[in-house]
Amino acid sequence: MEPVTTTSYIVLGIALFMLLNSAALAVYAERRVAAFIQNRWGPNRVGPYGLFQPIADVVKLLLKEDVTPARGFKTIHAIAPMIPVFTALMTVAVIPFGDGLYATDINSGVLYILAINSLGVYGITLGGWASNSKYSLLGGLRAAAQMISYELPMGLAVASCILFAGSLSFIDVVNSQEVWWNVIRNPIAAVIFIVTAFAEANRTPFDLPEAEHELVGGYHTEYSSMKFGMFFLAEYMHVVVGSMLITTFFFGGYHLPFAGLWLPEMGVTAKAILDVSVFVLKTVFFAFLFIWVRWTIPRFKYNQVMKLGWKRLLPISIFNFLGLAVIVYFWHHYIA
Amino acid sequence: MISIDWFLALSALLFCVGMIGVLVRKNAIVIFMCVELMLNAVNLSLVSFSSHYGNVDGQILVFFALAVAAAEAVVGLAIIIAIFRNNLSVDINNVNLMRW
Amino acid sequence: MITYIFVFLAVLAVASALAMVISKNTVNSALFLVLNMVSLAGLFLLLKAQFLAVIQILVYAGAIMVLFLFVIMLLNVEDEESLFSRFRVKYFVAFLVGIAVFSQLLYSIGSFSEMLPEVAPEMTEAGTVEAVGEVLYSQYLLPFHIIALLLTAAVNGALMIAQHKIKPGASND
Repeated sequence: MEPVTTTSYIVLGIALFMLLNSAALAVYAERRVAAFIQNRWGPNRVGPYGLFQPIADVVKLLLKEDVTPARGFKTIHAIAPMIPVFTALMTVAVIPFGDGLYATDINSGVLYILAINSLGVYGITLGGWASNSKYSLLGGLRAAAQMISYELPMGLAVASCILFAGSLSFIDVVNSQEVWWNVIRNPIAAVIFIVTAFAEANRTPFDLPEAEHELVGGYHTEYSSMKFGMFFLAEYMHVVVGSMLITTFFFGGYHLPFAGLWLPEMGVTAKAILDVSVFVLKTVFFAFLFIWVRWTIPRFKYNQVMKLGWKRLLPISIFNFLGLAVIVYFWHHYIA
Repeated sequence: MISIDWFLALSALLFCVGMIGVLVRKNAIVIFMCVELMLNAVNLSLVSFSSHYGNVDGQILVFFALAVAAAEAVVGLAIIIAIFRNNLSVDINNVNLMRW
Repeated sequence: MITYIFVFLAVLAVASALAMVISKNTVNSALFLVLNMVSLAGLFLLLKAQFLAVIQILVYAGAIMVLFLFVIMLLNVEDEESLFSRFRVKYFVAFLVGIAVFSQLLYSIGSFSEMLPEVAPEMTEAGTVEAVGEVLYSQYLLPFHIIALLLTAAVNGALMIAQHKIKPGASND
């Protein structure tokens, strides 16, 4: 492990700040894109083009009364919304935003991401349980089952990327994609990863935990004020983090397509600006994809979600991983 | 640097807390969690020995212990669910059909 | 600095373990166990076992404890009475046994205290994913396969035990 430098702190600070702001922007983008898809205007009253709408939303949430269920568990009810926010914030520690622009390079960074991701389920499950309401509990249990089921294909899809990088460090994963992006070398895992990223972020078509026509509001039925705001914030941060992970694992991180073949040498500053803007552009595209899918595809039924997870994605990802492992082994030993 | 004694003492303390928990509690799920705590305590002492001798074998053993703990949790919770279905309680004092 | 971190994590681990044993509510117990496991993962990091620290979070906190919570919420277990509400001989004996075992362990650790080494300098390399993987997939290959079989067997066994058999003719409620 290398020592922590001043650059790490600066990158970490900027990344955390941008992640928090990007969640607010994602809320605005969601409403505008939804309006565009449904052929209406969307929020356009607060500020130019309604850009200050997220601030108005936050002020509204802060001013609302904070209701706690009388028979619920108050401490857990208060702690639960913070957990998904924390886990979303912790992920940016290992993601590289440019050549040399990362907070830290952990030797097992990919495992770290999977571990942090698996902790996020606690917030939703506990929030559902502590509310002492049947709708919330059902939503929480659904979330737990769904997130555990989709962690496995996600882990296997990530593992098949690791085969090309030969390392669990994010820097190596990104650098291995300098010429060939993983989406070209490994398209099946890319599709599986995108689907599981949707499921882990609890977004439509996998938003069963908060399906409003059967469960009122799902796990956040009993939440109000800023506690609800935290869940809301966490959902959009997970969208942004999910887009970052899709970019990093399968779409070359900060590399342009086939950058190793044609990109000329550049100064440090110019390269850093190019890298960060490429990364941000890709992330914005996938955040848009998240929103686009939400307003296009209807919600699954619960048995369909489980069937897709266990009977389709898991076997496909296992066979994909095995096949790729064999191919990579022979490639390294006999051809290259 | 902290010497290994402190890690071993901590491990022993956690192990004993887990053991007292197994002896005291009546809820089958909590007893099971106390067993997991004891397993964790042993893992801590294995890791501390491993890193104080600079030998990775102890960590491999911990890795296997983790896998066994996962298997144990799966089967144990299934048994607890089966008990609950018959008794409508997970109090181990009620599981006395086989008692003489 | 490292000493302070160790003291903090150790106190956190012991306190959460005690709270797990004492708390009346099963969900609280499970959450304190999660806290205990996270602090143990921190201790693993202090011992330079990075791989195990991450695996500890991934397997224990991320999978096993979620399963526990799931079962607890599904069964809707009621609160027990507090351990301190009434004195029982059983508790006292259990406490004595615990103290006895603890003092024995401390005694045996203390008698070997001089012979034990410091953290080995080569450990910074030995705890990484590469080092663990290299030993795991060469020297310990057979045990690794047996573990895989064990996990498969455990999943099958759990399915067999927990499966709800619907008898033909019986009302299915």
